[in-house]
Amino acid sequence: MLAGPVGRENIVVRGGRVIDALEGVDAILDVRIDNGVIAQIGELLDTNEHRVVDAAGRTLVPAFVDPHVHLRTPGREDEETIATGTAAAAAGGYCAILAMPNTEPVVDDPEIVRALRTRAETEAHIPLGFFAAITKGQAGEELAELGSLADAGAVGFTDDGHPVAAAGVMRRALQYNAVTGRTIAVHCEEQTLTRGGHAHAGAVASELGIGGWPSLGESLMVARDIDLAADTGQSVHLMHLSARESVDHLRRGREAGVCVTGEASPHHLCLTDDAIRTLDPNFKMNPPLRSADDRAALVEGLRDGTISAVATDHAPHALEEKETTFEAAPFGVVGLETAFSALYTYLVEPGLLPLETLIERMSAGPAVIFGLDRPRIAVGAPANLTLLDLSGSWRVRADRLRSRSHNSWLLGERLNGRVCLTIAAGRVAFE
Amino acid sequence: MSDLRVVPGDLVPPRGERRHLLSVADLTRDDVERLLATARSFSVSQERETKKLPTLRGRLVINLFYESSTRTSSSFELAAKRLSADTLNVKSAGSSVDKGESLKDTTLTLSSYDPDVIVVRHPEAGAANVVAANTRARVVNAGDGKHQHPTQALLDLYTLRETFGRLDGLHVAIVGDVAHSRVARSLVQALELVGSDAILVGPPTLVPTGLAPVSHDIASIADADVIYVLRMQKERMLPGASFVPSLGEYTARWGITPERVAAGQRVMHPGPMNRGVELDPRVADSPASLITDQVRAGLVVRMAVLYDLLTAGPVAVEAAVGVA
Repeated sequence: MLAGPVGRENIVVRGGRVIDALEGVDAILDVRIDNGVIAQIGELLDTNEHRVVDAAGRTLVPAFVDPHVHLRTPGREDEETIATGTAAAAAGGYCAILAMPNTEPVVDDPEIVRALRTRAETEAHIPLGFFAAITKGQAGEELAELGSLADAGAVGFTDDGHPVAAAGVMRRALQYNAVTGRTIAVHCEEQTLTRGGHAHAGAVASELGIGGWPSLGESLMVARDIDLAADTGQSVHLMHLSARESVDHLRRGREAGVCVTGEASPHHLCLTDDAIRTLDPNFKMNPPLRSADDRAALVEGLRDGTISAVATDHAPHALEEKETTFEAAPFGVVGLETAFSALYTYLVEPGLLPLETLIERMSAGPAVIFGLDRPRIAVGAPANLTLLDLSGSWRVRADRLRSRSHNSWLLGERLNGRVCLTIAAGRVAFE
Repeated sequence: MSDLRVVPGDLVPPRGERRHLLSVADLTRDDVERLLATARSFSVSQERETKKLPTLRGRLVINLFYESSTRTSSSFELAAKRLSADTLNVKSAGSSVDKGESLKDTTLTLSSYDPDVIVVRHPEAGAANVVAANTRARVVNAGDGKHQHPTQALLDLYTLRETFGRLDGLHVAIVGDVAHSRVARSLVQALELVGSDAILVGPPTLVPTGLAPVSHDIASIADADVIYVLRMQKERMLPGASFVPSLGEYTARWGITPERVAAGQRVMHPGPMNRGVELDPRVADSPASLITDQVRAGLVVRMAVLYDLLTAGPVAVEAAVGVA
């Protein structure tokens, strides 16, 4: 389901702390890669003629998978392209990303999926998958050709940014999707509650006089879609959750055996709506930043596995679109290059989340949801590895970002934990 | 006359940094005292036959208005003229804004004329901050979306001081569409800054929580010193959003009628009012009404704000008044 470069490189990563909790590994080891595949894990391995990467003092983990990226291609290549977006992803430690279909035109036609996959083979720095729309034009009315889109290589379906408002349409989509074996991912927003909303409907928005986007606007749709998943027996993935009520619904649904999964984004996991007091449009996201209690619920959900994936919701916007007032600016921030460091700095270092859990939620968690092979550090597995310098720090600077857009909420901030090297599908994609 | 209670040390504005007036949150209690004292000085000058002062001669004040306005735009223009500044009024209708020019570019364009002050009104929160980030001029926020309207809050404080002789310990009932009101947000902060307090009264759909105590019962205005009536801002309501069933029902429950005003209570309104909707004309035209005092205060307070941002403080005011 992924398209993009595959390598057959020969590398020995020497003397790093190797962590893959799912494989039961946490030790100082060498990892030898032959022809792009992990061939041997052990101490003091022969290097043969291989390139040697000195990993002493560093940490080698399964590379990350981002299930929620806006590549703006086709249509807004001034904001991001397959090349710049995947370069940014590689720099963030990702070995695979999944692109959203709300492009111009919308990815709702098998020909578009095939064309994008062909372009990815030559333009991408790492493998990527393309979502297709649930409904034609993401209009929420007629089903897109889910079967043909899956046959063309669509990795899953979503109307991200445009929730499927009609329950009847959503139910049909879930029922029919049984033939594709792909996952439907939903942007949960009840738009009659969120119209005119630019920020969490709480004390900060009240004080600033910014229109409110209430938690209920999300959680009502979360509850509906969990009930629809239960009713149809099909799986649903809930994207970029932001509210405590949504996490509670998800936890109850999972406990009841419904096939429902959830993701959370770094900005919601790190920030609260306090951050919007500056009215800086780089803190405007959809769904919006919420209260400290909501943030705590997201972190707890991520920790206990209720939320099984971190998703950046990387949303590039042109400079001129964000150089305006908070209310006039579009929703969304870039996140691929800062996700790991932000979460390491805001969650792992303060002791809110174990490092192993963060790695798992950024790697195996999202892969499993979409039926992808999880990146793993085991003999025989394709080399999808990220080398981290956990004692290093760096400052986020617009002129150093590889993404074509610089609308980051972290500009000027110093973050701890640095990605030194990314190997994606047996090929060094970033160093 | 009221007690100004200003010590000289309070009257010196901060030096060095370029200052703006973007939000009531930018003001300290000392700033408020200094501005009100300056406004008081100007009110004396406005009682003379020759009302114009030479203080800001050669300075340029640009009024950049993206929303319709009568009293704010006219009072800023008149305030600048009474201080002998040049004024340039730019309205979004008929300007390059109609052609899609961004706020940033309009600011850069107007800044090429080296204005000393840009006064900006805009329908979006934070617009004055965007202007301030793109100009070397001082910026005065004359209303940004539902966010802030700091000169309105200052003129309201001036009116309260002139009426009650004090600013602290006053209890103000703000009645009506608080949700869509930058006036209410600025006033609640300003009252807190000077040691008074507010209660917000109105329909549950139009009164947000978290700003000040809230009541949905009009009877709760009974113990207020001041009833501050807000306009029902129909133009801010999105199509199809029904905040109240009808204006008639609003008036019946929350309209300020003579029966609802107790003896000794004073009534304020930032304008423009919908007579007969939020405020009964018999109240608006009664001696309890401070509405025209507010408009007069608007002129001298805006003179004080322009003066304060561009000069060294009230010592010069005395000199300026003397010259005139």
